[in-house]
Amino acid sequence: MSRNVDLLIIGAGPAGMSAAVTARRHGLDVLVVDEQPAPGGQIWRNVETMAATARGRLLGAAYAEGAGAVTRFRASGAAYEPGTQVWQVEPGPRAYMTRQGATSLVEARCLLLATGAQERPVPFEGWTLPGVLTVGAAQILLKSSGQIPDVPVWIAGNGPLPLLYATQLLKVGGRIAGFLDTTPPDRRRAASRMFPGAVLGAPGDIAKGLVWMATLRRAGVKIVRGVTDIEAIGGQAIERIRYRIASGDDVTVPAQTLLVHEGIVPTIHPTLALGCAHRWDAAQICFAPQLDEWGETSQQDIFVAGDGAGIGGATAAGLRGEIVAIRIAARLGRLSEGQAAASARPARGKLRRALISRPFLDALCGPRHAVLVPNDRTLACRCEEVTVSEIRAQVAYGRPGPNQVKAFTRAGMGPCQGRQCAYTVASILAEAEGRAVPDLGLYRARPPFKPLTIGELAALDETSEAA
Amino acid sequence: MFRKLPDSTMKAVTLSIDGVRVECAQGETVAAVLLRQQECWARLSTVSQAPRAPYCMMGVCFDCLAIVDGVASVQTCLTAVRDGMIIERQRGRPEAA
Repeated sequence: MSRNVDLLIIGAGPAGMSAAVTARRHGLDVLVVDEQPAPGGQIWRNVETMAATARGRLLGAAYAEGAGAVTRFRASGAAYEPGTQVWQVEPGPRAYMTRQGATSLVEARCLLLATGAQERPVPFEGWTLPGVLTVGAAQILLKSSGQIPDVPVWIAGNGPLPLLYATQLLKVGGRIAGFLDTTPPDRRRAASRMFPGAVLGAPGDIAKGLVWMATLRRAGVKIVRGVTDIEAIGGQAIERIRYRIASGDDVTVPAQTLLVHEGIVPTIHPTLALGCAHRWDAAQICFAPQLDEWGETSQQDIFVAGDGAGIGGATAAGLRGEIVAIRIAARLGRLSEGQAAASARPARGKLRRALISRPFLDALCGPRHAVLVPNDRTLACRCEEVTVSEIRAQVAYGRPGPNQVKAFTRAGMGPCQGRQCAYTVASILAEAEGRAVPDLGLYRARPPFKPLTIGELAALDETSEAA
Repeated sequence: MFRKLPDSTMKAVTLSIDGVRVECAQGETVAAVLLRQQECWARLSTVSQAPRAPYCMMGVCFDCLAIVDGVASVQTCLTAVRDGMIIERQRGRPEAA
């Protein structure tokens, strides 16, 4: 059955929830769909249940803030459908989705993609072995399932999340075998020049990072700086890791769990499928949809807010959601252009402040070269098991882009549809061909975005509820 | 590989993984339960039949795919546990299961 709404919001994280609250305040008919069983997005996973508990309080103030946001969202009057898989979006705008085995079409006057970010893929030899997970995955397990690694864990990577998770893990009684900091020395130097500005502009953010570092040191966690290459070794699961230290020497240690993280990148699968224009963000080394000052994409009536618009964090995401919703209210005749501009002004001011520490974080937290172009033996594509050298060998057949390589090697054709290998394949080709990633682009995204049974597809009834 | 913190609630839901009864808590995902098992893998890869376990826990890696109540290639990190649920590890290509 097809349904009609004023505003369809995909994603119930900070941006989606805040947009829903604002749009409801202007009387719009709002439907919010989300993959997860509860609202909050990745940052506020399970916050309704967790926030009030002793363990929830250990997760910190930024997590606790989510409880208020979720309460306001629940009270907003927006229709909310958790556990929904959206498997196609089209100009119109319209979206196809499946929930509890039932398939439906939603036609919206405006569509907001608040689909957030994913962790940047971190390919290295052995990254597919059971026992290797992302730091984000481990944090989700802590928030939503109250579980932690049952042996001392190795954490490798850079950026705020590994530090935050490490401190949370220590507080709940977990143990850390070692913290391998992969921040390259040149990034550390570049970021140090921006440090005074970041301290003055966003002292709270910087203080948090320093407190996390101090917590690790106080707990006696082994911290190794300047780690470059990492390899996970094992048969049916990880048994050892090997890493290269600043002196150039390799160190091999036993390991049963390795958590990795090299920053996050916007979720652009839906905007790629829609044919929206994208821009290359050189500071964050990723693509993001091209947006106007109100968050509208190159496709009319289709908007993006939150980290999907460029990484800015939860506070910025909520503010961007509010700004987009004001624009949509004006588009649908609830506000004049002048009223919309005036009503967005406070949020724009707060957004600028929320993004003050971003240049410092972007300078410090970018991926090192081996994350983008790993060694030849590494699986670039986890799903179809295609190695870096197999991708590179394609360059002998002309100057292929990612879509030709996909056809020839199957890289990007597995169930993840390139979510884990698109940047790697583009970076390998760019380097081998002497081109730039933004010139090569990424794989085309095609429906269905998510596994869908023939039965679910056959059950789709596109007749309108009004008919 | 993972363990529940001692104060976590448990034993509200019972499901089966490859025929073995497993107790777990309301509100958690099948992938989280898999990661607490001795054998934490969810599927064998389609090319080399290598074991794969939940990796991203947020729906973007697809290594947690398993057969849930007879439906193959279900993302178990997005699937909440339900009493009586039958989970089978997915061996290679779904049709070979």
